[in-house]
Amino acid sequence: MTTAPLDHVHAAVPPWRDVRVLRLGAQVLVVLLVLAVGLILWSNLTTSMNRSRLTFGLGFLDTTAGFEIAETPIRFSATDTYGRAFAVGLINTLIISVAGIALSTILGVIVGVARLSGNWLVNHLAAGFVEVMRNTPLLVQLVLLYAVFLQLPSVANAIALPGPIFLSQRGLSLPAPVFETTFGAWLATVVAGVLLAFIARSSGSRREAAGRPSYRLRQIGIVALVAIPVFGWIVLGAPFTVDPPILQRFNFIGGIVLSPEFSALLFGLVIYTAAFIGEVVRGGIQSVRRGQLEAAYAVGLTQRQTLRLVVFPQALRVIVPPLTSQYLNLAKNSSLAIAIGFPDLFSVSRTMSNQTGQPVSVIVLVMATYLAISLATSLVMNLYNRRIQVLER
Amino acid sequence: MSGQDSLLPPPTLALGPAGWLRQNLFSTWYNALLTIVLVAFLVPLVAVTLRWIVTEARWGVVTANLRLFLIGQYPFEEAWRIWLSLTMLSVLTGVSAGVYGGATVRTLATWLAAGQALLAALAAVSGLGPAVVLALVANAALVWVAFLAVRWRLRSVSHRLVGFAWLASIPISVILLQGIRGLPLPIVTSNLWGGLLLTFLLAIVGILLSFPFGVLLALGRRSSLPAVRFLSTAYIELIRGVPLVTILFMAAVMLPLFLPSNVRIDQVLRAMVGITLFSAAYVAENVRGGLQAIPLGQVEAAHAIGLNAFQTNRFIVLPQALRAVIPANVGLFISLLKDTTLVTIVGLLELLGIGRAVLAQPQWFGAQLEVYVFIAAVFFVLCYTMSQASYRLETALGVGTR
Repeated sequence: MTTAPLDHVHAAVPPWRDVRVLRLGAQVLVVLLVLAVGLILWSNLTTSMNRSRLTFGLGFLDTTAGFEIAETPIRFSATDTYGRAFAVGLINTLIISVAGIALSTILGVIVGVARLSGNWLVNHLAAGFVEVMRNTPLLVQLVLLYAVFLQLPSVANAIALPGPIFLSQRGLSLPAPVFETTFGAWLATVVAGVLLAFIARSSGSRREAAGRPSYRLRQIGIVALVAIPVFGWIVLGAPFTVDPPILQRFNFIGGIVLSPEFSALLFGLVIYTAAFIGEVVRGGIQSVRRGQLEAAYAVGLTQRQTLRLVVFPQALRVIVPPLTSQYLNLAKNSSLAIAIGFPDLFSVSRTMSNQTGQPVSVIVLVMATYLAISLATSLVMNLYNRRIQVLER
Repeated sequence: MSGQDSLLPPPTLALGPAGWLRQNLFSTWYNALLTIVLVAFLVPLVAVTLRWIVTEARWGVVTANLRLFLIGQYPFEEAWRIWLSLTMLSVLTGVSAGVYGGATVRTLATWLAAGQALLAALAAVSGLGPAVVLALVANAALVWVAFLAVRWRLRSVSHRLVGFAWLASIPISVILLQGIRGLPLPIVTSNLWGGLLLTFLLAIVGILLSFPFGVLLALGRRSSLPAVRFLSTAYIELIRGVPLVTILFMAAVMLPLFLPSNVRIDQVLRAMVGITLFSAAYVAENVRGGLQAIPLGQVEAAHAIGLNAFQTNRFIVLPQALRAVIPANVGLFISLLKDTTLVTIVGLLELLGIGRAVLAQPQWFGAQLEVYVFIAAVFFVLCYTMSQASYRLETALGVGTR
């Protein structure tokens, strides 16, 4: 009895029916197709760019910009380079995104909890807010808000809110902190307090998990967290003073002024995103099964313990992934700033594209930058998400 | 028997208005406080808003420019083509409601009729002429006529025929609006299209064209071939990582450069290409969700009875997956409808763009609030009704429960 050589088995399958050959062939075909389309587009691009005397390259970033930007977090004038103008736009986008994400998370949690409230007025108000925000375009909301901001009274008749905060045509005037020389030393005491609290908390938890007495280490840590900075404040003197805006005859003195453009954009992005985050939070809380609550009460946890130890960790797992995409949306939506004249990344780049006559390079640069922002955000959120997920054994 | 006598009657739940108030607004001391504070805030706010709407707002800016808001600069003597397209839409919707008979389609039909009746009332107030009002009223009536006709007489209209009619209606409408050289249908170039007409065209064309592309991308992302998977994933993540305005800007500026020099492409078409490329990535993610919901056993069973990869997708996987993602795609259509406002930034005159153009006229200089509130209200009515229909659809299709 002879065994058939393995080669024979392979030869039995002709190449046009061999799965491995077919798979490879299909992939080569697809890649070639994409390459061919890309090549045709590329050759069209180069010929039409030659015809209209456009060029590639980022060399223009080192040349003088020659335009002014209305809001510059870093020093910028018309004699600076395009590269610096781009940086100004990028920083403006980052400021709006970070502030927007922080504020919309707070407001979104409030909206989400309000939608679950037993108070009829509260939950219907929250539901109405969510429906209005979700069913009208963000761009329309922004231009509407901006129109409202421009119709605010003049500085002399500014609307005063507690704080003191003033609303006027010039925008939002807020109290600003003025840092004293001891601020650095005081910050060190805050860091020390946080570190101590962290160490106490983790060692307390470790002792508890090992079955040894924890000596209320976690509570002691929280006391340290508050007590050390307070002690530092008393010993070092106030680390900063608050400089409130004071209404003079024609303008405000002191404080910081947020322009109507910045205020309208930030406010619009925050309330729009908060409506979506509210729905995410509500969904997350509702996803925790009733049995979990009943079981928690049955084993004797108090209402607060139930929320902190049972509901919150489980809801968070459901909330974080969609929350991430809301954060990404907010960062991307900040590009609508151009409609109300706030100089964000897209707005500055569009001016650059018009002035340099190098639209292709500018567009590629802008898209790559937004992509980098999106990827960085989702990377951070994915790391956090991995931390809070259930460790399955 | 004494045991039964001592049983308490069940507590009454409805206690009249006072009981309702106590239960829902004043159940605890902090709820009572919350209610009082909120009412104290709301009453003046509502009063100011109502006073503005009723007495202060100059709604003349809307009625005087209603034609612009509806159809942009489309020549008025050619506007009958738009009403005729709407007639086609009305009849088809009525027929579909009669044939399918589901609650969702009937709701949509009701809303279409109501919307056109509302538009007719607005047109009458704005003095667009009796012909327009009549056309819109006739369209609203036709929805019902078609529905009732199918119900009573023509129950045997096949589903496939209705589907083909829907597919055919889109190119027919576009040709009707655009016109044909040589026929007594003069060309109306798309740079004259505007207002609500353009908003709808951009959204509908965007979702329809992006759908096949999105399905292919979704299948590609789930493919077992690494090269295909990589290319699809790269495209989807690239598009989802950048804002729509940058894609629209790219389409407006770079698309002409990518094409051969003898091909000219107008602004509206560029925006449509941009929107299609953008929404394909989002359609793909929706469809991928549907594909992941299909149990592996279905694919294995299909292979076991000898279907090849194409047949498996065509007859087993896609019919189930696409059915499951219909509500998600309605949601995508709603957000696309809202996102069409962004084409204002590249200079097209859809509803918001027309609003800004109207505001640039000297006599309507200070009427920003009126115009923007009107536009927001139009979008709210459209999107809210569609999202309600999509909720119904979700329950009707039994997504997640089947």
